[in-house]
Amino acid sequence: MPTYRELLAQLRSEIDEVDAVRARELLAGDDPPLLVDIREFDEWAEGKIPGAVLIPRGNLESRIEQVAPEKSRPILLYCAQGNRTVFGAKSLSELGYTDVISLAGGYTDWKRNGFDTELPGGLDDAKRARYSRHLLIPEVGEEGQLKLLDSRVLLLGAGGLGSPAALYLAAAGVGTLGIVDDDRVDASNLQRQVLHSTARLGDWKAESAKRTLQELNPDVDVKTYVERLTSENVERILADGWDVIVDGADNFPTRYLVNDAAVWHGIPLVHGSIYRFEGQISVFDPAHGGPCYRCLFPLPPPPELAPSCAEGGVLGVLPGIVGSLQASEALKLCLGIGESLSGRLLLFDALVTEFSEVKLRKDPDCPVCGESPTITEYVDYVEFCSGRAAHA
Amino acid sequence: MSKVRIPPMLREEVGGAREVPAEGANVRELLDDLMDRFPALRAQLVRDDEIAPFVNVYVEGEDVRTLDGLDTPVAPGQTVILLPAMAGGAEPPAVDGSRPAEPASAADSAR
Repeated sequence: MPTYRELLAQLRSEIDEVDAVRARELLAGDDPPLLVDIREFDEWAEGKIPGAVLIPRGNLESRIEQVAPEKSRPILLYCAQGNRTVFGAKSLSELGYTDVISLAGGYTDWKRNGFDTELPGGLDDAKRARYSRHLLIPEVGEEGQLKLLDSRVLLLGAGGLGSPAALYLAAAGVGTLGIVDDDRVDASNLQRQVLHSTARLGDWKAESAKRTLQELNPDVDVKTYVERLTSENVERILADGWDVIVDGADNFPTRYLVNDAAVWHGIPLVHGSIYRFEGQISVFDPAHGGPCYRCLFPLPPPPELAPSCAEGGVLGVLPGIVGSLQASEALKLCLGIGESLSGRLLLFDALVTEFSEVKLRKDPDCPVCGESPTITEYVDYVEFCSGRAAHA
Repeated sequence: MSKVRIPPMLREEVGGAREVPAEGANVRELLDDLMDRFPALRAQLVRDDEIAPFVNVYVEGEDVRTLDGLDTPVAPGQTVILLPAMAGGAEPPAVDGSRPAEPASAADSAR
């Protein structure tokens, strides 16, 4: 059996190393390697090399694919002294990574050369306490929580679907939430719209939502848009920059409008809709190969065939379930983990308590996300959904 | 005999049932059988002898438009899902004229 030193020396001869000077050149080059800090969190918190991602040595094998799905991608590993990375580089080569380099002398030597370091935007004690249950999940952790705090999610509607979605996204620490809603809180809303309350009857829903969310989590910056999304204001609202859009709209014109906008801006759209006891949930993400809403429904039903919940009713808890599933999808998209509902439509029937799923395919002839799009700018969506154009 | 799942907004047309059995070797025969018994469904499902563009039909979770459309075979015991688009949300429709985002056409579409 070799001793630790013998094993280290043997493995060091089998992997590639660079010194701090060469590492800095590589990082400044045209095709910089992915820089991975494999130290423990407390070491990282005291300072790191700019641009590094943290994957502690103990999680390296299990989490490297999340940050480097392509095994040919060059990876530069560093630790404190350049010893742990010898084992890390060896392990990654056994996982099939072909271009892994260890920083000889590690962070210590980097600092000794006087090269740039920075403090990670880590979590303070209050945030560590608030998000402790996220920090315990390997797929989220400190890095994921920082990502969430840096994420921006736009919610269309602060109603039945928007209420649970916004509450859970705010509780999760999504740093910026935008809320588009031009409606006021009405007594008939309170059976399901849990963002609001009896005391807020008559208030703007967007403002009521903001108060509730900031009481829940002051880390969250809530931007309100007390207006209905239209072809005229959509570009201004999207210009504020969003990573994910959660569609809790209540009408077809808005659904088609936000779909088109999301496709053109390359923003994933988390769709939810409800009626009586049943809900539908999906993710439309054509920027990553998935279908869009128009691939699913090229045309809306004529108005006389499309009853709204105001006419048909809805079980109060149903939007709670569907909106929570939308929040779950949105969080995964912000974190870049798991498999989204892109390409699948999830159907939920509360009356018999059944989930089912159908496959959605990208339509190559889709007028918006297809190969030869015929709709390339905003149209009159009320006219489009009025039925006269398509169903006359 | 196959099972056809009826979406909530079409249940009145079939007397409230969530699922109805129907006969047919393919989607066309199956829908014809269904629409013969529940004629009010026809306007909701078919346009110009094709499945209406605002309705999707799935056989065992696959969109028949990606298979053979109305000619897609249906084996006994398979489940067929009819799925029209749902807008809700839980508010009155936007096109009710009371909140005219685009007033010129909103009033007209408030049928």
